[in-house]
Amino acid sequence: MEADSEVLYQTRIPVYPRSVKGRFRNIKWAILVFAYSVYFLLPWLRWERQVGPDQAVLFDIADRKFYLFGLVAHAQDLFWLTGFLLVAALLLFFVTGIAGRVFCGYFCFQTLWTDLYMLIERRVQGDRVARIRLDKAPWSASKVLRKGLTHVLWLLAAFWTGLTFTLYWADAPQLIVKWFTGSAPFAAYATTLFLTATTYVMAGLAREQVCTYMCPYARFQSVMFDADTRIVAYDVARGEGAAGRHKVTRDLKQREQRRQQGVGDCIDCGYCVQVCPTGIDIRDGLQVQCISCALCIDACDNIMDSLGWGRGLIRYTSEKQARGEHSRIWKPRTIAYGLVLVAAIAGLVWSVSSQAPLELSVVQVRQPLFVRLSDGRVQNSYELHLENKTDEPMQLVVMMRGLPGAELDVGKLTSFELPPQRSLRVLARVRWDSTHKVKGSRSFEFDVIPQYRQELGMISAPATFYMPGSEH
Amino acid sequence: MSETKAKTQGQVVQTTGHAWDGDLQEFNNPLPTWWLWAFYATVVFAVVYWIFYPAWPVGGTFTKGVMNTITFTDSDGSQKTTHWNTRSLLLKELQEGKHAARSREYTEKVAGASYQEILADPEMMEFTRSMAKGVFGDNCAACHGAGGTGVVGLFPNLADDAWLWGGSVEEIETTLREGRYGFMPAFKSALTDRQLDDVASYVLSLSGEAVDADAATRGEKIFQTSEGGCYYCHTSSGTGLKSQGAANLTDQIWTVADVSGAATPEDRKAAVKRVISNGVDRRMPAWSERLSDAQIKLLTVYVHELGGGQ
Repeated sequence: MEADSEVLYQTRIPVYPRSVKGRFRNIKWAILVFAYSVYFLLPWLRWERQVGPDQAVLFDIADRKFYLFGLVAHAQDLFWLTGFLLVAALLLFFVTGIAGRVFCGYFCFQTLWTDLYMLIERRVQGDRVARIRLDKAPWSASKVLRKGLTHVLWLLAAFWTGLTFTLYWADAPQLIVKWFTGSAPFAAYATTLFLTATTYVMAGLAREQVCTYMCPYARFQSVMFDADTRIVAYDVARGEGAAGRHKVTRDLKQREQRRQQGVGDCIDCGYCVQVCPTGIDIRDGLQVQCISCALCIDACDNIMDSLGWGRGLIRYTSEKQARGEHSRIWKPRTIAYGLVLVAAIAGLVWSVSSQAPLELSVVQVRQPLFVRLSDGRVQNSYELHLENKTDEPMQLVVMMRGLPGAELDVGKLTSFELPPQRSLRVLARVRWDSTHKVKGSRSFEFDVIPQYRQELGMISAPATFYMPGSEH
Repeated sequence: MSETKAKTQGQVVQTTGHAWDGDLQEFNNPLPTWWLWAFYATVVFAVVYWIFYPAWPVGGTFTKGVMNTITFTDSDGSQKTTHWNTRSLLLKELQEGKHAARSREYTEKVAGASYQEILADPEMMEFTRSMAKGVFGDNCAACHGAGGTGVVGLFPNLADDAWLWGGSVEEIETTLREGRYGFMPAFKSALTDRQLDDVASYVLSLSGEAVDADAATRGEKIFQTSEGGCYYCHTSSGTGLKSQGAANLTDQIWTVADVSGAATPEDRKAAVKRVISNGVDRRMPAWSERLSDAQIKLLTVYVHELGGGQ
């Protein structure tokens, strides 16, 4: 069946990335440490709350409350998530337009987790050459041990990644005890198992194939590129010269010798290819597989430093810059993305900061829509949905305005307490004299007035009174 | 499988190895390997499923599945263990599920509270409304309608403020527990047609309807004396005796005679006359045997809140 796959699919060409040290590698390690610290430690961060769990970040699905430090997002605030995703998308467009696939190379979890997995691989099996040799070697006790240990460590990392994700959805210290004593909810086990599997497969086995074949962002980021976008590029003019690249030989050792023979600065050492996590040769030009991780820059810089020829044979540049033209950052496209981005951020910040402390919505009882009373008046009923979004209880009084002479009846709940972070439905009946000439629907307002807490102010919601037509 | 390769559009494609008519060959494009393995996995899953879950029909019965039972409390209170099935699973969920436990906790709280406490507690009122709505729908809505508006002449409207048997929580609970028998004798043999007309006119005049004054005066005499004897139950002022479930004839609500639905004064009089002629015979069954104390309490508060109670 080997022959089939040749035709139907590209078989994966194994990539054995070599380790490299340098500026960009250091930046990437720093980002990795920071991102991992946030991801793995955040669920453990405690946060004192008067009401609700003492966990800084907790997404409580059952109670429909999402705790983010001092902010409590309720179910009806879910559009913030839409706003956040919009900001994230616009930020991606904005950054990609200016600096290319920065997200892919530095921040994407696929890149971050693959980096971790490669680190484990390297510590257990050795660097590139050792790994190639190990793969080619026949199975032996040592090979089984090394390969086995790598996969065990990968699985452990994957497991902790999956388990950490579940900790965001319940009280972390309690859940972890329950998890290991077998009493956690099924969803916790399923989520952990699923994420363990995906992490292991994506970061351990699939790797660059995720970026090349699976990831939609990788593909659509390419369409945001233009001639001004920063890309990782090989300086063809300098590297190839007139006669092409050439290895360092006795005759081509000094730069002057090479210049005289028209040979470029690239000594064809292949270091840039060896360090590439996606297994491409950057000297072939901009390619869809390139995630802009900049490790080839580090590799080439190391070589150029040792030769003393000056860095930048592979560097961040733009198409225009590479051609020796002036390259702009603030072009109409970036300005447009920037403005929309700023507007979206402002909108989201405004929405979050102006979260109402008390929510009120009114639903009219429609079965029956109205009832005639013994004194000839007409009664409509309404269900008032109230939600207290503060950490203090509220003493509330329901009133109405807009129907002259109408009577409001809330039974014995003339003044009632709404506990902190809780919602409540109250039935209100409104009675109005049918001798009024107004028939049909008439708008009025329900007012809910918090007592003793003047700073909250009154909250109103519109409602409609239905007055049936005269029966005679 | 024997393999030969054929060239097409510059690509080498595997064939099944057969050749017909000398050169007619069939391409072999097998399923992707992962797809094939996923298919095998579903086959394995099915076999495992057959072992643990009800699956195969065998004669008049079926395989029940092994090591997979459900224990739940049957309607008679006994513990029952059966093979896995969704119906028992639902029963178990309704008894032991998280939401069932929450619901039971609140029901017990309401059951243990007095009516005054419930009516003054917004949270208990909210729970009562949502819980009793289901109980009302299952047991009461068949006659009184889902919104409690009833049917004129047959089933009283519970959403207005007229209460034949009293609208306090205690009276509503008694009505629910013991049921009610609403009875008014038929007067068609006791009174003449003319007298029935007169009484109907008087009854309409009590709630301010424009009627023939002479007829009303004649009707009043029948109403207020032993000739008709209406005042025994409806009282001489016409407001009705609660103990008899006698309707208040002075207000704007007509629970038995369809006055509201009549277009002309003649029709309204005819509607009242029909009731006086034929009498009323309405029964509401007793629910103390059929519903639990907690359910009756929930329903009492719910019905009380529908129209605002008394």
